[in-house]
Amino acid sequence: MNIRRIAAVWAAKAVGYACKKMGRQGVTWAGKIALKIYPPVLRELAKEVRGGIFVVCGTNGKTTTNNMLCSALEAEGQKVICNHTGSNMLNGVVAAFVLGAGLNGHLDADYACIEADEASTKYIFPEIQPDYMVMTNLFRDQLDRYGEIDITMNILETMIRTQPEMKVIVNGDDALSAYLAMESGNPCVYYGISRPVMKNETNEIREGRFCKRCGAKLEYSFYHYSQLGDYLCPECGFKRPEPDYDASDVKVGDRLSFRVEDRLISANYKGFYNVYNILAAYAGIRCAGFGAEHFQDMLNKFNPENGRMEQFRIRGTGIVLNLAKNPAGFNQNISAVMQDTAPKDVIIVINDNAQDGIDISWLWDVDFDRFREESIRSVTVSGIRCQDMRLRLKYVDIPSELEEDVETAIRKRIEDGVGNLYVLVNYTALFSTRNILKKLEGEKVWK
Amino acid sequence: MKLTIGHLYPDLLNLYGDRGNIQCLMKRCLWRGIQAETIAYELNDRIDFSALDIVLLGGGSDREQMLVCEKLKEIQKDFKAYVEDGGVVIAICGGYQLLGNYYKTDQGTITGLELVDMYTEQGEGRLISNIVLKSDLFEMPVVGFENHGGRTCIGANKPLGKVLYGSGNDGKTGYEGVVYKNVIGTYLHGPLLPKNPQLADWLISRALKKKYGNDVELEALEDWQEKEANDYICARFLK
Repeated sequence: MNIRRIAAVWAAKAVGYACKKMGRQGVTWAGKIALKIYPPVLRELAKEVRGGIFVVCGTNGKTTTNNMLCSALEAEGQKVICNHTGSNMLNGVVAAFVLGAGLNGHLDADYACIEADEASTKYIFPEIQPDYMVMTNLFRDQLDRYGEIDITMNILETMIRTQPEMKVIVNGDDALSAYLAMESGNPCVYYGISRPVMKNETNEIREGRFCKRCGAKLEYSFYHYSQLGDYLCPECGFKRPEPDYDASDVKVGDRLSFRVEDRLISANYKGFYNVYNILAAYAGIRCAGFGAEHFQDMLNKFNPENGRMEQFRIRGTGIVLNLAKNPAGFNQNISAVMQDTAPKDVIIVINDNAQDGIDISWLWDVDFDRFREESIRSVTVSGIRCQDMRLRLKYVDIPSELEEDVETAIRKRIEDGVGNLYVLVNYTALFSTRNILKKLEGEKVWK
Repeated sequence: MKLTIGHLYPDLLNLYGDRGNIQCLMKRCLWRGIQAETIAYELNDRIDFSALDIVLLGGGSDREQMLVCEKLKEIQKDFKAYVEDGGVVIAICGGYQLLGNYYKTDQGTITGLELVDMYTEQGEGRLISNIVLKSDLFEMPVVGFENHGGRTCIGANKPLGKVLYGSGNDGKTGYEGVVYKNVIGTYLHGPLLPKNPQLADWLISRALKKKYGNDVELEALEDWQEKEANDYICARFLK
């Protein structure tokens, strides 16, 4: 019996409980305290996972993919440790393990599904030694914090090499992620979509136009979105790998559906990018040796309630809340909003706190001009940097109303809007906006 | 009247919302009834500087700057002649560094365009912050965001402005950017021009004067949204 380890687990549980009581997001504190009391706590608990440890990395889709993977494993009867809330730095990962441990300081888990912030992999990988890594995509994101994409890629490249046995499950449609996987020498599994699905937006910002291997300009036969698509280097022959899990017959509308391995998968989601999230989770459990017979059942019930395309109904207004924190994600959000052809109001909330990235120049890399459509009845800008957002829209001839306070903005549009409201928010605005919507949903008497 | 903007290598140099600078220049021309056109050059395109009225050189990652700098040697002479003749240039971040004689990093030295007698050397850590300047050229403060590892020494050249908040060229001298003839070089992105309409108009006005003569006057635009966004940054960081 290891007294310090038990103390670490107990202390973390107490902190986690106290934070929950106070209604605060306290998981990272729980992790921090556990590490202070007993530094090897993560390493030791991770060793107790019986089946395997998954790590999910990539700029967009980490939280959804990771939670879906967790649910898919649970649907196969497995016990899973998971950092559900998306606290993906070292403390958040520690918290997932210690809060999941028993009072005896031991873990009873078959699998762990851990989403990891790319820059934090250097602290997380040595501790948990993952068996599988899912790589969703690499886009520009929070340049003030991560620096250039090249820096993120260098970190991931180094970390993958420290785990030569780890199976890398990678989005082959992304030349940057696929390059990392191919060059690593690790066993690789690819997923992708081999036929074009969406109408392509030609002026989108695309990363990695030049071959990472030789520097020549990549040629694309089509793009799905951003730089995801079918690429080939005319110089060195680097090209999109043949996917092991290929989504075909992809249909995007009010629901998503596609075929993979002779199965029809369908889900009650909007947003083409969710095809990748579902496909990644599917490839993940297949790699772990499961038949995925319960995958569709899991999807039918899957409701992460975390502000990713989360739906609310308040006083007759249907509201969709979604996270949009970088150009690639925002452009996909705009596509999802525009798929709904009914009249709608849009609220955009932009903060510039440390976790958002304090540099908001990326707003100008988003194709907001696509909101200049008849069906968009109003755009309201809110959050700390609402002034910048209003200016951004002015330069694509979209007038907007500025309302710095998010709750006031939402209340106004519920009262005078068309009953169909999209609220697009960046990271630190997500929890507060979700809390506001939850509160308004519960209000019997409209204040 | 018509202005042609040359955007140099946006495939490689487009890191920090530089598209916004182009959009801003275009719109501020069009709103005044001035025709505007942007030509985006790829690495292997031939550039006819005599057809350009404003040149925008944006920021890229160090790796991408390396790719570009090889190409720049080929256009150096034409570009230099354009600048000496009073051609308008706005160079931002990586593009600003490339204006000078060299950029020395621990990976090696990138030879610059030698358009302005200045140089950059990599320093300890990156200077990352919101930034506010006071420039002699404009009444409104210049606001933006800086994120650079290089420290730039502009020698005897005139800076763009005095740093009121943030780090500037080297984090020490208290100045930011450079102004040489009709060239402005600066670390400020954000992007630079939308929140600094006076700077955008300075570029447009210089370009028009060069092309159409000195009596060209720029029509005032309704800029209260630009001013409010600029004021917000000043109010928040200049306490």
